[in-house]
Amino acid sequence: MSAVAFSNAEQDAVIRFEDIGRAYQMGVETIHALQGLTLTITRNEYVAIMGASGSGKSTLMNIIGCLDSPTHGQYWLNSQLVSRMNDRELARARNQEIGFVFQTFNLLSRMTALSNVEVPLIYAGLKRRERQRRAKHALDVVGLADRMSHRPSEMSGGQRQRVAIARALVTNPSILLADEPTGNLDSRTGNEIMTLFDNLHDRGNTLILVTHEQHVAEHAARTIRLSDGKIVSDERPGAGR
Amino acid sequence: MLLTETLWIALQSISSNLFRAALTMLGIVIGVAAVITMVALGTGAQQAIDQQMEALGGDILSIGRSNRFRHGVARDQASLTTDDAAALARESRHLDGVVPEINSRFQVKYGNRNLSVSVLGTTPNYVDVHGFTIEAGRMFNLADDASRRRVVVVGNEIPGMLDTDAASIIGRTLQIRAISFEVIGVMEAKGSSGWRNPDDDVWIPLRTAQFRVTGNDLVESISVKVREGIAIETAMVDIERILRREHGILPGKDNDFSIFNRKQFLDSRQEAAEVFTYLLAGIAGVSLLVGGIGIMNIMLVTVTERTREIGIRKALGATKGNILLQFLVESMVLCLIGGGLGLALGAGAAYFAAEFAGWQTVVTKASVITAFAFSAGIGLFFGIWPARRAANLDPIDALRHE
Repeated sequence: MSAVAFSNAEQDAVIRFEDIGRAYQMGVETIHALQGLTLTITRNEYVAIMGASGSGKSTLMNIIGCLDSPTHGQYWLNSQLVSRMNDRELARARNQEIGFVFQTFNLLSRMTALSNVEVPLIYAGLKRRERQRRAKHALDVVGLADRMSHRPSEMSGGQRQRVAIARALVTNPSILLADEPTGNLDSRTGNEIMTLFDNLHDRGNTLILVTHEQHVAEHAARTIRLSDGKIVSDERPGAGR
Repeated sequence: MLLTETLWIALQSISSNLFRAALTMLGIVIGVAAVITMVALGTGAQQAIDQQMEALGGDILSIGRSNRFRHGVARDQASLTTDDAAALARESRHLDGVVPEINSRFQVKYGNRNLSVSVLGTTPNYVDVHGFTIEAGRMFNLADDASRRRVVVVGNEIPGMLDTDAASIIGRTLQIRAISFEVIGVMEAKGSSGWRNPDDDVWIPLRTAQFRVTGNDLVESISVKVREGIAIETAMVDIERILRREHGILPGKDNDFSIFNRKQFLDSRQEAAEVFTYLLAGIAGVSLLVGGIGIMNIMLVTVTERTREIGIRKALGATKGNILLQFLVESMVLCLIGGGLGLALGAGAAYFAAEFAGWQTVVTKASVITAFAFSAGIGLFFGIWPARRAANLDPIDALRHE
């Protein structure tokens, strides 16, 4: 109960990790993908998570994104204890609190841009009219107002990633969680996407980027480096970006 | 809540691979069509028997002469007489009507038209016992019979066969075996009883027949109507007792007559038809089952193909229930479309069987509803496992799948 009191004390904390660990059982061996992570991310922070492959950053992203549950420790997302949530509550948390942006965009190929952006709102239980209104607005924010009825196959990589960002934004989540968002884009398009992220941060969104590229991480105000499932550094170079 | 969206997604998914969906549905189409057609055939057969039963009257017994065989040779052609009929009418308290009958096929002449028809010699109460109604004119009466009058009542189809009609044939003369008979009545149509069509028979008074045609007082058969509330078996025992005494048959000797319970005969036919229906429906059901397995197979393929989509949807907030519902609805939509097509095909086949093969078929509302419920059930039953597999996919693995 002291933990709950603690979380109430930091009203601004969007994410609060308390000694988070994630272990996998591989046969008789136990592999610790994450160990003893304690960190807080507050509203409107712009955080980059870096680390070599195998450092645990994917696991960390999955736990932050409520796709995976920690095997140790406690995780509060907006003062809700995620590490105790059941499947249904996790789905709701993913829907309401998290906006995912993937390296490979992960759009549904049979659907138009507008329909893709509507998907999270369907699961939120919104009516069609309201869904379309909000989806159009989100596409407008990412600068794709004129591409709503195009399918992913009719769009460039940058445009697809913009659709994916619009889809992540459309539920007004607490966090935008981007996993190597520029990994599949050329550098010019990648820069455009990063500019878009910067703008979204300026508009008050909380951003977490998982990346292994230094120039991408430099957009963020705070860089957390992982190695062997542990935080090796947590820096805020300068006074923000 | 999001059932319409789910339905939409299912339809989109089906239409995105229409050929495969069509092949998958084919199993259900054939299965449902087979069930509908087979049940229609079986129901038709049963209904035909029901109609025959109604036409016959369930409480009529027929007493006939029985040929007694010895060493393969018929001997002692046993005989039923008008006296036997009189004895039954007089002595049995279980019978409502006793109708002696003689039946022969004769050439009937009307003007320049010739017909070969069954001529039945019988008593006036024939109409009541066998449930006939007079359409025009009258039935011959006891006076006609007693004075062996040459009068004839014709079946409903006879006037037509003679190029005339019921009203104008009354009072005209018919030649039966070159003897002139006056037409005094036309029966209402009765419909076939399964053995024979009574609508092209003609009836003359029994004594007229015996006097003019056979020359003795033998009758071929006696029909009796069992009094209401009396068990058929009780009446049969009573008839046997009276006739054995009339014929002077010693105890231990066989009857020289037989009592034929037509209802029993039809009952066994009905039973056979029922068994036949179940058998056919069973075989058709097996093909439906095979169709269902086809659905399951293709749904499993679909789930594997769309693993990544499932992962994306889960990441965007779909619950297990959402995913389960989506795949269940998809398999049910497949099955229901298949069921609808199968229903049309089966009803069409039943119609053609009736139209061109002359089989009586009935597509009942119950069989339509059953077929639909069954295909939905198959969609549910064979869809649940693939759908559960989809729902239980780990979102992280599903997202990584390619």
